[in-house]
Amino acid sequence: MIWKEDIETLEPAALKALQGDYLKKLIPYIYENCAVYKGKLDAAGVAPDSISSIDDIKRLPFTTKEDMRDNYPYGLFAAPQDRINEIHVSSGTTGNPTLVGYTKDDLGLWSDVMARVLCCAGAVPGDTIQIAYGYGLFTGGLGFHYGALEMGLRIIPTSSGQTARQLKIMQDFKPRIIACTPSYALYMAEEAKEMGLDPTQGNWKIGIFGAEPWSDSMRDEIESIWNMLATDVYGLSEIIGPGVAQECHHKDGLHIFSDVFYPEIIDPQTGEEVPEGADGELVITTLTKQGIPLLRYRTRDIVSIRREKCRCGRTSPRISKIRGRTDDMIVVRGINVFPSQIEHVLVGIEGTQPHYQIIVDRAAHKLDQVEVLVEVDQKFFSDEIKRLNEIRDQIRKEIQAVLSVGVKVTLVEPKTIERSMGKSKRIVDKRTL
Amino acid sequence: MKITQISVFLENRKGRLSDVCSLLGSNGVNIRALTIAETESFGVLRIVVDKSDSAIKLLRENQFVANFTDVVAIEVPDQPGGLASVLKVFADNDVNIEYMYGFVEKFSDKALLVMRFEDTDFAQQILAKHNVPVVTEKEIEGL
Repeated sequence: MIWKEDIETLEPAALKALQGDYLKKLIPYIYENCAVYKGKLDAAGVAPDSISSIDDIKRLPFTTKEDMRDNYPYGLFAAPQDRINEIHVSSGTTGNPTLVGYTKDDLGLWSDVMARVLCCAGAVPGDTIQIAYGYGLFTGGLGFHYGALEMGLRIIPTSSGQTARQLKIMQDFKPRIIACTPSYALYMAEEAKEMGLDPTQGNWKIGIFGAEPWSDSMRDEIESIWNMLATDVYGLSEIIGPGVAQECHHKDGLHIFSDVFYPEIIDPQTGEEVPEGADGELVITTLTKQGIPLLRYRTRDIVSIRREKCRCGRTSPRISKIRGRTDDMIVVRGINVFPSQIEHVLVGIEGTQPHYQIIVDRAAHKLDQVEVLVEVDQKFFSDEIKRLNEIRDQIRKEIQAVLSVGVKVTLVEPKTIERSMGKSKRIVDKRTL
Repeated sequence: MKITQISVFLENRKGRLSDVCSLLGSNGVNIRALTIAETESFGVLRIVVDKSDSAIKLLRENQFVANFTDVVAIEVPDQPGGLASVLKVFADNDVNIEYMYGFVEKFSDKALLVMRFEDTDFAQQILAKHNVPVVTEKEIEGL
């Protein structure tokens, strides 16, 4: 089932025309209602009435996370606060938090794109969904809630945490759909086993996982451990929250709802568009949002994009799973390192659950050191030191082969690497650069 | 006659060995034999206890990685050359020992040794053929 079939299956030319119409209305609206953007557009020499098609988007200035922080709290709002119905705040590790605000129409947009997400994952009206993303200032819980309401699903708003209760609710009310972070899905499987439950006999048949990068090998593990279809959802609060893009059951890229969230893939260094299919930074323009419309927002997520029609019938472009983040990416001795590369190796080695942490350090006048902590699993533990050393060396060699950087691998006791209910902390960078 | 050894993964961190021993002790599990193999960052604790099943359950419930390993406990005359005479039997018959360690307490006038073989079944045949006395699980429970 396709929620907005007329829009989601538009022919490319019609889609482009629709995007152009939106942009023609958006630029004058922003120019008149947001002083910060008026300044940026003036500086870029873009007259508000000079937009003739979506191709003019390349003339627009970028917007960055720093722009949001620098103009905290209300600088980037185009709607007055008395028209804002809901705000969400994400904590900042440095400086100001990020504030986003939704008008009533924006909440309607959010409900619509989240209903598209749920349908795309395979939900049908009458399904029950367990929403184990955090409710509150984090956009995950409420975003799914609005979409599920729009679609007419039965909602169990468990929010995150209280794993034993999550599992009991799954058994008692038999929701077919679970929405949470992928690391929490694995964590719940471990807890289920410890409680004597067999996760393959669980009730969840469709998982909608996001809010953190995860690999295809982690998907394989979740699907086999829970015996479910595990799909990837993408979003960020600056754009709308969850609801920007979603995989269909073909699991062949995430359908980005480009009629309202216009995507570009650029080289993060030069700002130029990369060729189709090449990795680059995802940049999004919100074409219809009123509260905080954003022009060419730099997501810092590294993806590639494909534009051919999907077997499911949707014509919207598809983005790859997030391959890394321009800011999570660590550069070690000149080489780009993404946590997903290390995760892929670990899942590939028999018995190794992907519970790991990457620690980067640099002693004075020395080269960067990379240490990967890997939790020992019951499945590969041996009473013989030489066997444990063999496994450790195998992990080290495979990681080194993938990264082309020397690493140290340290085996640690289970459950000693911090588990997060929300986003996992995969990298600890101790370097003072 | 094989006996059961419990192997436990331990990081080289302060108090971890104490944690294991306290956990077993406070639950009435008695350690009969013990050794630690260590590397720079981790170690493997190997123990023979009187109640193996409840011990491994306890350990796993408390987030330790612990496995069973088959070992053989043999009796060696507690006198000069006692161990050498047994080891010669192994050497002559191509039996490889992975590691070995002694019991915490004495059992009659013999010394008790726990041995982990590369091929436990083969080692047992050789032991039986050469009449080397081995200790049964029951005898260990009664120690």
